Amino acid sequence: MITYDYNKAEKREPNSRISIPELGLFFCKEEIMQDIIIVGSGIIGASIARELSKYKLKTLVLEKGEDVAVGTTKANSAIVHAGYDAKPSSLKGKLNARGNAMFDKLSKELDFPLKRIGSLVLSFTEDGIEDLKLLKKQGEENGVPGLSILNKSQVFEMEPNLNSNVKAALFAKTGAIVCPYEMTVAMAENAYLNGTEFTFEEEVINIIKETDGYSLVTKNKIYKTKLVINAAGLYADKINNMVSDNKFNIIGRKGQYCLFDREVGNTVGKVIFQLPTKMGKGVLVTPTVDGNLLIGPNAQDIEDKDDFTTTREGIDEVLKKAELSIKQVPVRFIITSFSGIRAHTECDDFIIGEASGAKGFINAAGIESPGISSAPAIAEMVADIVKDKLKPEINSEFNPNRDGIPKFREMSNEERNELIKKDKAYGKIVCRCETVTEGEILSAIRRPLGAKSLDGVKRRTRAGMGRCQSGFCSAKIVEILAKELNVPMTEITKFGGTSNLLTGKNKD
Amino acid sequence: MEIRELVCIGCPVGCSLKVTIKDGKAQKVEGNTCRIGEQYGINECTNPKRIVTSTVIVEGGEERVVPVKTEKDIPKEKIFDVIEELKKVKMRAPVNIGDIVIKDVSGTGVNIIAAKNNKKI
Amino acid sequence: MLEYDIVVIGGGPAGLAAAIKAKDNGIDSILVLEREVKLGGILNQCIHNGFGLHTFKEELTGPEYAQRFIDMVSERNIEYKLSTMVLDITKDKVITAVNGDDGILIIKAKAIILAMGCRERPRGAINIPGSRSAGIYTAGTAQKFVNIDGYMPGRQVVILGSGDIGLIMARRMTLEGAKVKAVVELMPYSSGLRRNVAQCLDDFNIPLKLSHTIIDIKGKERVEGVTIAQVDKNRKVIKGTEEYIPCDTLLLSVGLLPENELSRKASVELSKVTGGPIVDDNLETNIDGIFACGNVLHVHDLVDYVTEESYHAGEEAACFVKGRVKNIKRAEIEVSNGVRYTVPKYVNPDNVDNFINVRFRVDTTYKNVFVSVYFDQMRVMHINKRVMAPGEMETVKLTKSLFEEHKDVSKILIRLEEE
Repeated sequence: MITYDYNKAEKREPNSRISIPELGLFFCKEEIMQDIIIVGSGIIGASIARELSKYKLKTLVLEKGEDVAVGTTKANSAIVHAGYDAKPSSLKGKLNARGNAMFDKLSKELDFPLKRIGSLVLSFTEDGIEDLKLLKKQGEENGVPGLSILNKSQVFEMEPNLNSNVKAALFAKTGAIVCPYEMTVAMAENAYLNGTEFTFEEEVINIIKETDGYSLVTKNKIYKTKLVINAAGLYADKINNMVSDNKFNIIGRKGQYCLFDREVGNTVGKVIFQLPTKMGKGVLVTPTVDGNLLIGPNAQDIEDKDDFTTTREGIDEVLKKAELSIKQVPVRFIITSFSGIRAHTECDDFIIGEASGAKGFINAAGIESPGISSAPAIAEMVADIVKDKLKPEINSEFNPNRDGIPKFREMSNEERNELIKKDKAYGKIVCRCETVTEGEILSAIRRPLGAKSLDGVKRRTRAGMGRCQSGFCSAKIVEILAKELNVPMTEITKFGGTSNLLTGKNKD
Repeated sequence: MEIRELVCIGCPVGCSLKVTIKDGKAQKVEGNTCRIGEQYGINECTNPKRIVTSTVIVEGGEERVVPVKTEKDIPKEKIFDVIEELKKVKMRAPVNIGDIVIKDVSGTGVNIIAAKNNKKI
Repeated sequence: MLEYDIVVIGGGPAGLAAAIKAKDNGIDSILVLEREVKLGGILNQCIHNGFGLHTFKEELTGPEYAQRFIDMVSERNIEYKLSTMVLDITKDKVITAVNGDDGILIIKAKAIILAMGCRERPRGAINIPGSRSAGIYTAGTAQKFVNIDGYMPGRQVVILGSGDIGLIMARRMTLEGAKVKAVVELMPYSSGLRRNVAQCLDDFNIPLKLSHTIIDIKGKERVEGVTIAQVDKNRKVIKGTEEYIPCDTLLLSVGLLPENELSRKASVELSKVTGGPIVDDNLETNIDGIFACGNVLHVHDLVDYVTEESYHAGEEAACFVKGRVKNIKRAEIEVSNGVRYTVPKYVNPDNVDNFINVRFRVDTTYKNVFVSVYFDQMRVMHINKRVMAPGEMETVKLTKSLFEEHKDVSKILIRLEEE
């Protein structure tokens, strides 16, 4: 079994980016033939990679961004849905409950946080109770356990802070909350340690069908592979349409959220959904896995699939709709707002399977809600297609376990002392709001597929996600990143590309 | 004759001053509550001066830059000349409060001195 | 478990002054806990001058002012720990802290002085919609990059908020070669010291846009521009007044919040107006033996007042350790008519030595107005003030003789009056 000591104080190589020497050639040919190339390293790409690393396969993940989980995965409701929401005949219906059931084992193996708090769908009218019953029936058909209809007093016993208009609710025991990017990092690290390669800042700009597979063309290289797995999220349509005769279109559907201070994090104890009302589809009100309160999302189709901005109207809409669920929206405690973009397909279902007219090109596209919940089941489904085609041997060295970054804030004083004895950096608090130590930040940077930007550190450690929103810790983290990556501070970015945090030295 | 209204910056109180100017000279200052204000009112209308605070690069120190300041106030129109001169400075740690960084900066007769300790590492 | 008579949380100007006075009042067992690598607190990055006019009769820069106190601490051999973060305090005055050398520290104190200072309100808390690209900073964070690291957070800057930090950074960025395109202020007046508006904006012809706010931030990876708009007297955006300002940096100076997360853990009662602990004239909170001073108590404009206040807290903490019994009888200070809050909120009349300083802030700018003090129903003070502004903390001195004349006063009212 391959094991890795994450606490080993090992300086990482400074250059893990691709830098191509000017050879006078436009393309630099990649000689090695991969078995699999996965396009996209969001939760789907990473989960598939981890699943496939159980087999002896040469797998490479090509990610356009500078890190894993930088697309839809980084901004969403973070819910592991129970699975009553989708039609039983759809892939969404088939895969949600199955995926949901796999989370406890995965969260233990891969050391990412998961809380099975349960969820409630609220009805604000007497008629709505019929809709709740239909949802329950649908859920049962989808294989969802633990569903029940609760009357008003039962609902209020569970959730005293709900709006008194609530008439009844559907309770789903298996509803849970997770941290989607921590889960993705965990999947990716585990896949990497089990032999998968990852390359970042490599956007696939063309795919050529070859006799024995595909050539994937990026700005810098050509990668050759037997099979392609399209997990390219918002741009999975572009990738699919390069090779398949069955072209589809992915619409970016923006959803805005408001995040509240942990002080009001227990306003509700479960994930609170709303049945659609005259105002349209409802928003959810939920605790997050780190104890904040999260409200959102709305839905707005957008032209520019990279437009993660928030709007006054969107924020106001989300806050207004939340008033349906809870007595008082604690606006005084907002710490930030953000947008996520869903990959919406016209057929309103996952697109999973071999693409038409493109043998060996497998789609895992249009993964909208319940995407996170279904991810483990999607990974299995895609792996089954791969196994059928390549008949790979089992990887006897496969290690299902991955140690996450130690969470100082969750430890007892004894555990903390043990950790600090091994490495003093765990005694130095850098992010005061979230109690994140220098040791954790160093681990985030030094571990495999480590952070290279401020947001990368943020997603892996929570540093900067607290009430002061990195006002206190960002200078320190930029210093640490510059030292670890051996570059001047002016080269450190917020999230790669040209998102440099500093423009130059004083008086330049 | 001109009456100029300005806020005194001599101390954080910030008295509202009225300065009567005739033939380019300040004749009268009103609204001040101390001598600093009176002097400021006169100076500001005839020969405005400022203290300049900035930073210069330090090599081998615990911090990359050290704050510096003009020891006394200098003519306001020379502020950016002073900044230009500070650009060229590279000090070596250790630096102590009061160390002279530049003597007689930009011909003002005023020195630039260090305003923070910066230990050698 | 370690034990100390007095533990001071925070080694900035407040904590240092408190520790020094406590030592000078006979307490040897003192420990100052500081989370940064050096003492001095926020003054270490405040390289502008204007500090010390009252305390030292000199105008010093922040680090110079701090050094005076650091030297006094060394002279007195007062113990302190650096790079040490306090994680918890209980109402039994047990402190949990951590650093790399000692690991977890559990410290029992007879008295605690809270001197944690304040933090900046972030963009998210005021809900400015738009992009979350690089280039959006609170002014203090930008100040740290420029003054400690020597790096510029941007070149073309717009600043939201005309509080002192925003004004100071407008000048600072300009002197370091950036172009500050505007300082945008929601209110119809600046919330900073008037002298700062003069020497930070007027000196450099930086436009101050009063009654304006920022309604959008544009930028893919780095800020590309902001949209500002005028607001009416209810601070609502006036349609049609939108103006786009191209820039690569937005600095926010939109409020300081006393950092009382630890105080809450110790069950210290906080004021909803200031965000800081409610204290009596001994600067003691509702928990016996826990004192507060400096920005954690209420946000100050002048460090000289912080020093004065913190000396007082140090003295009182020393008295407490020596066994002074608290007098139960006390008067409550109330406010109305333009006065937002007072520190302290309670006075023990029998404990007043010479006088007590009651500090307060007003809710808007006033010209030619009277500060009136009532002891129960009787007006005892009526002071004319030419100018008062929210950005400038005011003081009223209540003398011992006043308390002797009104022996059983139970309510003191401080308010503004026209005549």
